[in-house]
Amino acid sequence: MPDAAGLEVIADELRAADPTSVLGTTFDRGRAEIQIDPSKNIEVIERLRKRGFNFLASLHGVDYYPQEPRLGVVYELLDMTEVDRISLKARVSIDDPKIASVTSIWPGSDFPERECFDMFGVVFEGHPDLRRILMPEDFEGFPQRRDFPVGGEPILFTYNETEQYGKDR
Amino acid sequence: MEIKREALPQDMDFRSRQLMSRDMLRGDLEDAELERFVEQAVMTTTLDRAVAWAQGNSIYPMTFGLACCAIEMMSIVAARLDIARFGFEAFRASPRQADLLILSGRVSTKMAPVIRRIYDQMLEPKFAISMGACCSSTGVFNNYALVASDKFMPIDVHVPGCPPRPEALAHGILKLRDKIQHNDREGWRERYDAVGTEEVVPVASGLGDGPQAADGHEGLLIARSTGDAAGA
Amino acid sequence: MTALGDYRKREESISYSVESAGMGERHELLTLNIGPHHPATHGVLRLIATLEGEVVRDIKPIIGYVHTGIEKTAEQKSYWKVIPVVERMDYVSYYFNAMAYCCAVETLLGLEVPPRAQYLRVIHLELNRIVSHLIWLGTSALDLGAMSMFWYCFRERETILDLFEMSSGQRMHTRYFQIGGVFEDIPAGFAEKLQKFVDAMPTRADQYADLLEKNQILLSRLRDTCILDEQTLLGLNVTGPLLRAAGNPWDLRKAAPYSSYDHFDFKIPVGSVGDNYDRYRVRHAELYESTKIIDQALNGLPEGPTIADDRKVVLPPRHELATSMEALIHHFKLVTEGFRVPEGEAYYPIESPRGELGCFVRSDGSAKPARVHMRDPSFVNLQATAPMVKDSYIADLIATLAMIDPILGGVDR
Repeated sequence: MPDAAGLEVIADELRAADPTSVLGTTFDRGRAEIQIDPSKNIEVIERLRKRGFNFLASLHGVDYYPQEPRLGVVYELLDMTEVDRISLKARVSIDDPKIASVTSIWPGSDFPERECFDMFGVVFEGHPDLRRILMPEDFEGFPQRRDFPVGGEPILFTYNETEQYGKDR
Repeated sequence: MEIKREALPQDMDFRSRQLMSRDMLRGDLEDAELERFVEQAVMTTTLDRAVAWAQGNSIYPMTFGLACCAIEMMSIVAARLDIARFGFEAFRASPRQADLLILSGRVSTKMAPVIRRIYDQMLEPKFAISMGACCSSTGVFNNYALVASDKFMPIDVHVPGCPPRPEALAHGILKLRDKIQHNDREGWRERYDAVGTEEVVPVASGLGDGPQAADGHEGLLIARSTGDAAGA
Repeated sequence: MTALGDYRKREESISYSVESAGMGERHELLTLNIGPHHPATHGVLRLIATLEGEVVRDIKPIIGYVHTGIEKTAEQKSYWKVIPVVERMDYVSYYFNAMAYCCAVETLLGLEVPPRAQYLRVIHLELNRIVSHLIWLGTSALDLGAMSMFWYCFRERETILDLFEMSSGQRMHTRYFQIGGVFEDIPAGFAEKLQKFVDAMPTRADQYADLLEKNQILLSRLRDTCILDEQTLLGLNVTGPLLRAAGNPWDLRKAAPYSSYDHFDFKIPVGSVGDNYDRYRVRHAELYESTKIIDQALNGLPEGPTIADDRKVVLPPRHELATSMEALIHHFKLVTEGFRVPEGEAYYPIESPRGELGCFVRSDGSAKPARVHMRDPSFVNLQATAPMVKDSYIADLIATLAMIDPILGGVDR
């Protein structure tokens, strides 16, 4: 991991190229994170790729309820030659959850972006085939959001199966 | 099952029995001797029981591994707990050829209609074992994604465990075998007065521009068991 | 219902069609649905194959048939109780799931795992790696037609599961790894049994190679089929034996060692061509390397506690509950509410038998995690299926699927 100083160097380079793209940096317990403006994610990623972080280890979503903007998309980047990891976080609001898709850079982000869409509702613009991947196609709602109920049903036993389903329906 | 068998008379040794059999095959035994031979050599029982005994000893399970329990189901086929001892090693992939559906693993809402359709395609007599906690009762995960197997198909034996040891699954399968061989009617067939389930041929859910289903449902989402309809 | 008709249409190949391929009028592409229930033993994976004759032109994997909502369930449980939930994700390498999660939480807590616990973790992880590779080998050989491998591999697996049962009481999903270390020390007899296994395993692995590798049919099916080069694999974010088979020696145990892996001397098997045969050979060679690691860990097992000392996080030892009031209070608090984790996020990657397994945990200061995400290697590796099998035969598709080793529990979570 780049240490705190290294993280600031990277963030400064990004700010030098485009001052509005970096919203903040965090270095906490060994994890280096840069918060970026979601509309500039492709540019920032391209700059980091030139710097060597050219492997996308993970792309996932987080729901920051009740903080706004609620939905976050986290990119975990990996530099294989230096063995360095850096995280990028782009937060989008729930009313307009759009962010550009990185499938043009890494074709392997196809499934993770679809999962993020399925679970959180983040729309990735430019994705070749954005539809639900884990839930059934006609499911309504985005399960992983914090305000979606966990669900679950009472279990059927012989003593309560007539109440639940009943042969006398 | 009840098998009527006459104890061998003390004076009969193996060689004499052999000679007697040979005589019978040649047609040399008559009347009383022939009767005695038949009582000693042949088991008498009712046809029902014989068929049930044969059925119970030649179940063809279907390969239906969903999740972790599938690995333990593969273990019962493996050498340590060998299910071939009981005659059940012929796992068939096609539902038309199998008569036991071992549901091993968690059933998600996306998979439930598929399982139901496969169960419907099996021919009578058919049985289902719900292996593990997840399919019996959603187990560790009681949430939006899973459904207990009892909700969409009739189950004969539930095997608890997460995952059940191979010995536990074998116990469950043998319990089912006892049930079959003793013509034990206790279970869903008795409670619902049912003779089976019905295979629903999907109406019209063609690829692309085919005709759409009249009621707007894709055929495989309709699943019903004709309990009273068939009996009434 | 037009939405459903739409759905059927969208399942057809989006990248290959008669028009785009410039095929003549009398040609037709067959769309074949493989799964989700099929004779192959890889779980409920549904593939929609677009075939031109017997040649596969496009593959669309459709997953979600064993989606369990593990990540959502984990948000409802306290940190300790998440371990069994998360273990059931990738159901063949259960110790790895628990390890990734426990290490992520330990990072958030700043908890130090004692050396004995680290060595025990390594022993169990490598044993689980061998189990996973044995299951892979048995079921892949079954798919390719070499059925007797299944019984031999599962014989070895039974020995290892006996060892797991000795140390934790369960064969699978053992909840042996806890936050701070391992649950209990290994019992008497474990070390001897493990040593016997370690001495016997290389011979067994040789026997597996002898059974399979001289067979011309297997070699023709695996050699030079479905080659994918390293750059495409990196673009697809593939890690693990698939990437190593293509020639990139990326292994987190060597690159970013965790849990005392740097104390052990082992090699990383790397392939050269990147075909199915290399993928098979890499995993087979890893059996020997894992055995070496277990041998070194067993012989070098340090003395000491098997779990961290922080009573606010780790349950006190049972005998103290009778004598110490404080221990009783800690125990009560931990079992009912659980411990609180300071706010923050952590991503902890480890090397599972299928690739990089990472666990992302976000905590908001309460006793339950706010987000647990497992970055599963099979989920990402499955995207490599389509480029790999393009323009190969269906038989190669089956072999490739076996060699990719997807575990649908991890794919669907």
